[in-house]
Amino acid sequence: MTITVNVNGKDRTVDVDEDMPLLWVIRDVLGMTGTKFGCGAGMCGACTVHIDGEAQFACQTPIAAVGKAKVTTIEALQDNPVGKAVQQAWIDADVVQCGYCQPGQIMRATALLKATPKPTDEQIDEVMYANLCRCGCYPRIRAAIHRAAAAKGTV
Amino acid sequence: MADETNPIQVSRRDMLRAAATAAPVLAIGIRFGTAQAATTAPADFKPNALLTIDGTGQIALALPKTEMGQGVYTSLTMLVAEELEVAPQAIRVDIPRGESGLFGKLDQGTGGSPSLRGSWGPKRPAAAQSRAPPVRAAPPPREVPASEGRAPARSVVHAASKRTAPYGALVAAAAALPVPEKAPLKTAADGFKVIGKPQRRLDSRAKVIGTAEYGIDVRLPGMKVATLAQSPVFGGKLGAADEDAAMKVKGVRKVVRLPDAVAVVADHYWAARKGLEALAPSWEDGANAVATQAAIVSSYAEAAQQPGNAAMGKDGIDAATLAKAMEGAVKRVSAVYEQPFLAHAAMEPGNCVVHVKDGGCEIWTGTQVPGSARDEAAAALGVPVEKVVLHNRLMGGGFGRRLEADYILRTIEVAKQVDAPVKLVWSREEDMQHDLYRPFYHDQIEAGLDAEGKPVAWNHKITGASIMARLYPKYFKGVDADAVDGSVKTPYTLPAQMVEYVRHESAVPTSWWRGVGGARSAFVVESFVDELAYVAGKDPLAYRRALASDPRAQAVLDLVAEKSGWAKPAPAGRGRGVALLPTRGTYMAQVLGVEQGAEHGVRVVQVTAPVACGQPINPLGIEAQVEGGIVFGITAALFGEVTIANGRIEQSNFHDYRMLRISEAPAIATYIVPSDQKAGGMGEPPVATIMPALANAVFALTGKRIRKLPIAKALTA
Repeated sequence: MTITVNVNGKDRTVDVDEDMPLLWVIRDVLGMTGTKFGCGAGMCGACTVHIDGEAQFACQTPIAAVGKAKVTTIEALQDNPVGKAVQQAWIDADVVQCGYCQPGQIMRATALLKATPKPTDEQIDEVMYANLCRCGCYPRIRAAIHRAAAAKGTV
Repeated sequence: MADETNPIQVSRRDMLRAAATAAPVLAIGIRFGTAQAATTAPADFKPNALLTIDGTGQIALALPKTEMGQGVYTSLTMLVAEELEVAPQAIRVDIPRGESGLFGKLDQGTGGSPSLRGSWGPKRPAAAQSRAPPVRAAPPPREVPASEGRAPARSVVHAASKRTAPYGALVAAAAALPVPEKAPLKTAADGFKVIGKPQRRLDSRAKVIGTAEYGIDVRLPGMKVATLAQSPVFGGKLGAADEDAAMKVKGVRKVVRLPDAVAVVADHYWAARKGLEALAPSWEDGANAVATQAAIVSSYAEAAQQPGNAAMGKDGIDAATLAKAMEGAVKRVSAVYEQPFLAHAAMEPGNCVVHVKDGGCEIWTGTQVPGSARDEAAAALGVPVEKVVLHNRLMGGGFGRRLEADYILRTIEVAKQVDAPVKLVWSREEDMQHDLYRPFYHDQIEAGLDAEGKPVAWNHKITGASIMARLYPKYFKGVDADAVDGSVKTPYTLPAQMVEYVRHESAVPTSWWRGVGGARSAFVVESFVDELAYVAGKDPLAYRRALASDPRAQAVLDLVAEKSGWAKPAPAGRGRGVALLPTRGTYMAQVLGVEQGAEHGVRVVQVTAPVACGQPINPLGIEAQVEGGIVFGITAALFGEVTIANGRIEQSNFHDYRMLRISEAPAIATYIVPSDQKAGGMGEPPVATIMPALANAVFALTGKRIRKLPIAKALTA
């Protein structure tokens, strides 16, 4: 069926089944590959996107459930001041290794900082628990979130 | 990829900022010598397969090793930057095609922490070789001896006359000059400007903004997407499958039946996935359907009763010598250790794009072995290797999984039946249940101790599947050199040491896993030495220090004692464990602190990790490998286990194959021992050291000796 979904500020009309997860619409139909497939079960967070600003698993979100909500992916995160600060903090803290999980980590960290501008370690753990990193970048992810929080405060 | 990782866009830091920005000044300000300092683009200067310098002075490095997160994209570029005397950011990194022999003896294969160990050899000379002709071409051509020229900041300076010219201006002249067989390498005494200085990763930006291209991200015109089901029992065959139902799913284009698998080819992954569900394939399980975990574990214990093959080579002793030494012991200690099958579970599931056409094929994938994978692909397709083009991509984790070409070969089987490029994507469940697993190992070990508690006899028998025998049957002579690595050569003085190996295979396919043989051996040797220390009534760190024979081993032990505050008692409620490791040219010691934890019995709170890895190339990269390796190793030691029931792998996704999460990651303090010796490997040692350190800390805390991994299971059973 024909479904219109707003991704990164643009209405996009796709002809897919309504149970198709947002992840595959983004990756395979719209051709934006920054959002990653990791587990297909909401257990690793590699597919994390923003839906109306909230971090959500795109692999667990049927396209029909998106409705009129605004979807933001890693490709458009630079347009958001908090997102941009997080991305810069990720570079400055030299977080990435293989990098595959990082778009998802960054999306979730950005949502965290929007809700909680100065998170404690415990608050970081509570939210970032949803995202796996097989390379083990966790110490630097935590450092980068603190760094982004500090940078944001000085803007 | 090249656009998005344009190194120029990456932030420039520290002294590198000065080096990089100095170049344009020189390029504009100084031009002298010959007409060959042309303004029109001359032929590129391409002294070897690694490097190209074009007429604008742009240097491009064909990355000769593969990037899976370990950081060669940055560290190898640093080596080249040092010799060419430019900032690492000034070098464009290209990922080359897979081709055996492309870089001569330097194989593209990347496993076993070879990149810096091996590169300290060939890559720096290649860069120095590249520097030489521009230096000699420094105007007027051939007047400046190579030995008198340096090349700071993308330019060549003649030391005596102080004359300078930018690389770009010398390209044409350099291209006309013979490339020397050898050029002098810079040494630490010359003063490294790049090597040993903290360098942020050069591939960060693309990975952070989502433009980095992994194998799974490849998109081609007309490309179809497929997913597959493979026989859940190893060696089983495909039975019935409802192809009509699958074809009725919107977007499904084709069902490809294979002897032991079936793939659904569609317009996108979701259609393929739904098509596969509608297909509902059944399987003829075959002989392995009866395989159970308990039977496999018993079979290893039984196999371990067989006589083993001597693994010590010329240092070996005979049974009589061992028996005599054991008889002379005041006390004898023995133990059996078991380590489970482990999956790799890289974040990027298996995938590959293949287009079979024109009597050959084109492959797009992320592989640790681009050269040999292309060779295997050609053999599988039955075409000359020239008919296969392999485009390598970044990998979302490797850990040894992408040392195997099975993803590629499977995709070729499917693509042969599709008249378009096809991207085959493994579901997480397929990926986990059709891995090539770290082997199960059964180790029997016994030591005889003297009155002081020091070993006077040592008898160690390793039983496990042989990866070497599978991959290199011609060279296998009864002992798997990888499996015994770290058991034969321990960091300790062990008189009357016997090490034997028994090969025993099960239905479970096995392959390399991060840390490789050194890690499996380290778990046994370092756990057992810990047991001996307690039997001897000695402090486990002091016991190791007294037995350690190598000054580098002693140095990292002293450092870990100092930095962890070992001399002071552990805080109440905390257990501390230590482990020592010499492997891959690197010495590492770790002290780890654990506390009681609700969910899994214990919680790792603190790791102190000094490392002596020879000349550090990129301290930031070394710290990343230490931190990441420690998290990887804790995951394995605490949770890691793949089990078999009815011939099937029982685990399927991250709920039953647990990974450490951020809230469970400890604080990690890395200390790099300064050195100007040959660079050692860094991918494996932290993984290998942390596993026994954790088990030893658990013993200190709980009094329970962990002889069967994983730890959480042992503590909560």
